[in-house]
Amino acid sequence: MASPASQNGIHESTRTVEFRVWRGDRSGGAFTSYSVQVTQGMVVLDCIHRIQADQANDLAVRWNCKAGKCGSCSAEINGHPKLMCMTRMDALPADRPVTVEPMRSFPSIRDLVTDVSWNFRMKRRIKPFKPRKPDHADGSWTMMQEDVDRVQELRKCIECFLCQDVCHVLRDHHKHDEFIGPRFLMYTAALEMHPLDTEDRIADLKQENGIGYCNITKCCTKVCPEHIGITDNAIIPMKERVVDEFYDPLTRLFRIFKPR
Amino acid sequence: MSLPDSFIVHEHDVLVIGAGGAGLRAAIEASAAGVKVGVICKSLLGKAHTVMAEGGMAAAMGNVDDRDGWEVHFADTMRGGQYLNNPVMAEHHAKEAPARVRELEAWGAVFDRTKDGRILQRNFGGHRYPRLAHVGDRTGLELIRTLQDHGIHQGMEVFMEMTVVSLLKSGGRVNGALGYDRERGRMHVWKAKAVVLATGGIGKAFRITSNSWEGTGDGHALAYHAGAELMDMEFVQFHPTGMVWPPSVRGLLVTEGVRGEGGVLRNSEGRRFMFDDVPDAYRNQVAKDEEEGWRYVCGDKNANRPPELLTRDHVARCINREIKAGRGSPHGGVFLDIAWIKEKIPNSSAHIQRKLPSMYHQFKQLAGVDITSERMEVGPTTHYVMGGVLVDGDTQESCVPGLFAAGEVAAGLHGANRLGGNSLSDLVVFGKLAGEHAAKFAKANRAIEIDPAEVAAKTAALEEPFARRTGENPYAIQSQLQDAMQDLVGIVRTHGEMERAIGIIEDLKQRAKNVAISGHREFNPGWHTAIDLGCLLTVSESIARSAIDRKESRGAQFRDDFPQKDDACSTFNMVCRKSADGSMEVSRRPLPAMRAELKSVIEKMK
Repeated sequence: MASPASQNGIHESTRTVEFRVWRGDRSGGAFTSYSVQVTQGMVVLDCIHRIQADQANDLAVRWNCKAGKCGSCSAEINGHPKLMCMTRMDALPADRPVTVEPMRSFPSIRDLVTDVSWNFRMKRRIKPFKPRKPDHADGSWTMMQEDVDRVQELRKCIECFLCQDVCHVLRDHHKHDEFIGPRFLMYTAALEMHPLDTEDRIADLKQENGIGYCNITKCCTKVCPEHIGITDNAIIPMKERVVDEFYDPLTRLFRIFKPR
Repeated sequence: MSLPDSFIVHEHDVLVIGAGGAGLRAAIEASAAGVKVGVICKSLLGKAHTVMAEGGMAAAMGNVDDRDGWEVHFADTMRGGQYLNNPVMAEHHAKEAPARVRELEAWGAVFDRTKDGRILQRNFGGHRYPRLAHVGDRTGLELIRTLQDHGIHQGMEVFMEMTVVSLLKSGGRVNGALGYDRERGRMHVWKAKAVVLATGGIGKAFRITSNSWEGTGDGHALAYHAGAELMDMEFVQFHPTGMVWPPSVRGLLVTEGVRGEGGVLRNSEGRRFMFDDVPDAYRNQVAKDEEEGWRYVCGDKNANRPPELLTRDHVARCINREIKAGRGSPHGGVFLDIAWIKEKIPNSSAHIQRKLPSMYHQFKQLAGVDITSERMEVGPTTHYVMGGVLVDGDTQESCVPGLFAAGEVAAGLHGANRLGGNSLSDLVVFGKLAGEHAAKFAKANRAIEIDPAEVAAKTAALEEPFARRTGENPYAIQSQLQDAMQDLVGIVRTHGEMERAIGIIEDLKQRAKNVAISGHREFNPGWHTAIDLGCLLTVSESIARSAIDRKESRGAQFRDDFPQKDDACSTFNMVCRKSADGSMEVSRRPLPAMRAELKSVIEKMK
């Protein structure tokens, strides 16, 4: 099949790139080498697909939108947590093989696919949105754009879980039972900052959701493909609310008298 | 006889297949009715193709222009669909969409706001007034995340990364589904009193598409093989603006929102060619010149829309014509230019990045193009199928009792062409209706036992590819099918080419029976591709056969051999069903009658 561009008579340079792809399952695995013909504009996911179509039909990989919108194709490319669909080949060093391996903070299922179900369980643990009564008879509310800008930023999250992958509390210390990770600290923050929400999740953040474990190394922010200010705009404000509610003497006094 | 122990058996009142906007909305509604609900997603929860929707959801709330209302929306939808739509569905949709949008807000969605703090609405092709509630250009993400986050607390059971391969039936009624999980390759049987199909589209039947690997027409094929009818399958929407370069992203969607925000289309000569061809039905709704078009974009209520905001079928054809005539861009598209608005507004760069953030990043990262200062190259891409399961307009039930369908997999709302923004609203309006009526059905009917022999036979067929040492490569067959559909059943169609496509499809069907799979059943994409292939072949055949029999050009179908609209063809929908001998039977079904009240609405809005 001729590529559409070559049909138009446009010459495209091709080079051969060596890939080292992790193949394996729950019991272990190893890197396998593949050579891929790479043309201009290709991303890592294209190369994986090419390997899958021509050399390894059973190579397991998750992907959907191929446009950085669904957050399915998370992996570690040359050791860095990235979306495969948004990593261009020409942005990687040309002089050495490209390694692709699954996210290492989650149990392996097969090849590049990991078991991320823990994330879905954590989300269910967080108290859902609870709006105040509608402002108007038709069931709508009045909200100003400037009051929702921050919440909209946090709601850009595509749930790729790269922030969870890179967070050392999960990756190195395996605190999965006590700490919900940056994704869900941010999810909580988006709910807490929602102008209509009336629920209180601050005590949960401090206790079972373990916000105290985060020591603001900002690794999560660095890998976020949506460029969300996870640490500055979500986690730190939540930490401040926890401090205000639990450690500020005046607030504590006030809490005793506040009707709940 | 009972099922072997290797099968994992589940039992629900309502089983929803598909977890995009329609499936989740149906599941929420059915759960609210107090029945036990299961939802099957082919991918992880929240990754369905809904997430790709960009521009917004159409609902005549009148927040930006108070002249809007359900009647205008209804008339716009019917006009856009060239009057082949089911008017009952178009009415439900226009009347109920505003309540569905407000409901999303009540569940936590955060739409962009007007200056006075209401939900902001934007312009889109074919909509007379600014009507699309939106969140920048990531409205689909907001919709699916809102439904997901609300849904997981409503008691539904979610099955992630599982694929249904067949519906099960007994006594003419649907009583469950058979499928497998990707992770281990185990077989599952879901017993259910009612089933809602919400599986989305068929884009993967074509080479150039905005759809992901999931868009293989599973629900269309499941319904067809279970005895339901497929309607309007000839109408496949080629979205006018997909990326054309680099090759690896060819087909990726460029939102119509770019044009809604003032983006214009130009050919290689710099001409705004859309002014050259305005269809009669829209002549008094289109700007006379560029200046009036810009005033419309800025919200001048006395101005008419720029021709770039005509319906998608028309814009796609105009682009195709420019490219064929040799006036295209270097990589075989045309130019889409939003950067030009710097002549009109200060800080245009920041404005564009705020209004179209994902487009900005998509082009910057994948094509190395800065859309705030450079032109984009775009061309048509297979985006959406108007056709699907023929359902009752009030209940979304198919002709198979207990089988419902909603969203892209269902037919009726959009007729011959869908308006942008009418899909997200379709999902929630008809997802709700399907969920409600499926729950009602489940309460009124008792469960029917499944037949183990039926399950055993269907399972055996699935496992055959593993037994072959040598055979066909499923990826190769899929790729050849995509080429055939793209080249022979694409934007411009002729009888001869489509007959050739049918020949190829018949040949590929035979070869697909001889697919060989390496490896084992755990997360094996080769096996999954082989299974999806069956659905794609069924869907492709129904598209080609329906298109051959509609001997006219209307909406999304353009026939080079019948280039005009034919009044004689305005009276029927094409319907495919599986005949007793297993072959596909295509017939013409008279349009449903339209109530006098609705007819007068259309007349009034002309």
